[in-house]
Amino acid sequence: MSFRQPSVLPGFGLTFGFTTFFLSVIVLLPLAALVLAAASMHWSEFVHVVLSPRALGSYRLSFGASFLAATINLVFGFIIAWTLVRYEFPGRKLIDALIDMPFALPTAVSGIALTTVFAHNGWIGRYLEPLGVKVAYTWLGVTLALTLISMPFAVRAVQPALLEVQRDLEEAAETLGAHRFYVFRHIILPTVLPALLTGFTLAFARALGEYGSVIFIAGNLPMKTEITPLLIVIHLEEFDYQGAAALGVVMLVISFVVLLAINLLQTWGRRRHVRGAR
Amino acid sequence: MAAAAPAALTGDARRPGQHTWLHSMVRWLFIAVSLTFLAAVLLAPLATVFAMAFERGLQAYLRSFADPDTAAAIRLTLTTALVVVPINTMFGLAAAWAIAKFEFRGKSILITLIDLPLAISPVISGMIFVLLFGLHGWFGVWLREHDLSIIFALPGIMLATMFVTFPYVARELIPLMQQLGNAEEEAAITLGAGGWMTFFRVTLPKIRWGLVYGVVLCNARAMGEFGAVSVVSGHIRGLTNTMPLHIEILYNEYNFVGAFAVASLLTLLAALTLVVKTLVERTGYRRR
Repeated sequence: MSFRQPSVLPGFGLTFGFTTFFLSVIVLLPLAALVLAAASMHWSEFVHVVLSPRALGSYRLSFGASFLAATINLVFGFIIAWTLVRYEFPGRKLIDALIDMPFALPTAVSGIALTTVFAHNGWIGRYLEPLGVKVAYTWLGVTLALTLISMPFAVRAVQPALLEVQRDLEEAAETLGAHRFYVFRHIILPTVLPALLTGFTLAFARALGEYGSVIFIAGNLPMKTEITPLLIVIHLEEFDYQGAAALGVVMLVISFVVLLAINLLQTWGRRRHVRGAR
Repeated sequence: MAAAAPAALTGDARRPGQHTWLHSMVRWLFIAVSLTFLAAVLLAPLATVFAMAFERGLQAYLRSFADPDTAAAIRLTLTTALVVVPINTMFGLAAAWAIAKFEFRGKSILITLIDLPLAISPVISGMIFVLLFGLHGWFGVWLREHDLSIIFALPGIMLATMFVTFPYVARELIPLMQQLGNAEEEAAITLGAGGWMTFFRVTLPKIRWGLVYGVVLCNARAMGEFGAVSVVSGHIRGLTNTMPLHIEILYNEYNFVGAFAVASLLTLLAALTLVVKTLVERTGYRRR
């Protein structure tokens, strides 16, 4: 079997060559440099950096806050997607367009704006402060920033799946006397479950690597409100390239695992969809 | 008041079990929860950007752009985008042509590799170039001997931005071109048109709206990139500070009007991006 199937269209050599060349120079070679830099460390050194108390503290915050943000988006993402797909209300189209705002907005802008709103004298922060809830400069602020920047991924993953729910099935169930909750549990949820999980994982992956919006609201205290990407930057600023590379490789491996999970979830979702259509 | 009329129009009310008391309760609860969540997390911060930028009035807002460092930051961001976006657009077109028009082995691996920068923390995206070209990096000594600087200079900022915004045009075009198929291009070639002519006269008109959105999104991300650029820039005022980095400096100096004035420009750019997206979707071309 040859490398590619024959086609009358020209330009394969040119475009494929340019694509792979550019991809290698801009993406793959620099990433290989990262892996090699970490590989040149002695393994005891590597473990020392990667499992230092400060690094462990940053993993705890990065993973905990990202997981919490993705969970919040799982719930609110579903509610927002449902509202946008199923209900008609004034301003629906505007809200639908605004969902992508955190995606288009620079993270530094999200960061300073969120910090201002949730600071002790901010629009929302001033009402939370008397209740004893401090958001800015705590782990709660980190979670909030991660929730904002990963929100579009959760909503946009669920929206198309909700459109595909077969409403005649819902109606049939209801005419046969099924309760609304029963319909949700047995017809709607199974259809959107792969999309919900994909949205959760996408949001989690996006939150894990986030830097710009978090550093403004976090306070950045070692062990307490210091995320892993910030710890990498601190290593770099001290010219400790190897330490930074070691932490970078840890994050890279985790990103790959999450990416793999997303691909598996999407394959699972497609397979369920095909089987359901038969 | 408004509750009864639109419900009757949407056809929701005609469906069985859709006009019960419980249903309308759930409906208003969902709308209220959605709007409250979005108002607190999204709309309040957006409004704050402009409220803070105009806190001391229009004069102070406009004066903040007269600051030479701010003007230099805006210039640097524009220069970077002017170089990065066309290169990534060319790459996106080439990648989409190779992937959508031909069947070859390892195609899904290639697509995954193109998406890779999206899965990587921006800090790592910047760091890899520091490891290569930084003072203690692989080529650091060689670069210094030849009096070249990449890190803490314009080329580093461009490289990091290129890496981060690398997939956007390609991601927009690949599914679109796959969906549109090859029949028209094949007809053009069979009738004797050349490759370039086929591309410009047949393919480009078909994909132009997807291309427009891909370019606009790539531009918004390029102008707004913070993490990766922050690592490679060195934060030299007036020289290597892009707009997002300059926002950070002004903010940390408690110059809130200045910081939010620059932020307001980037917010407007993001809003413009969404407007383009909405218009593009209205042309009938559906994303996702």
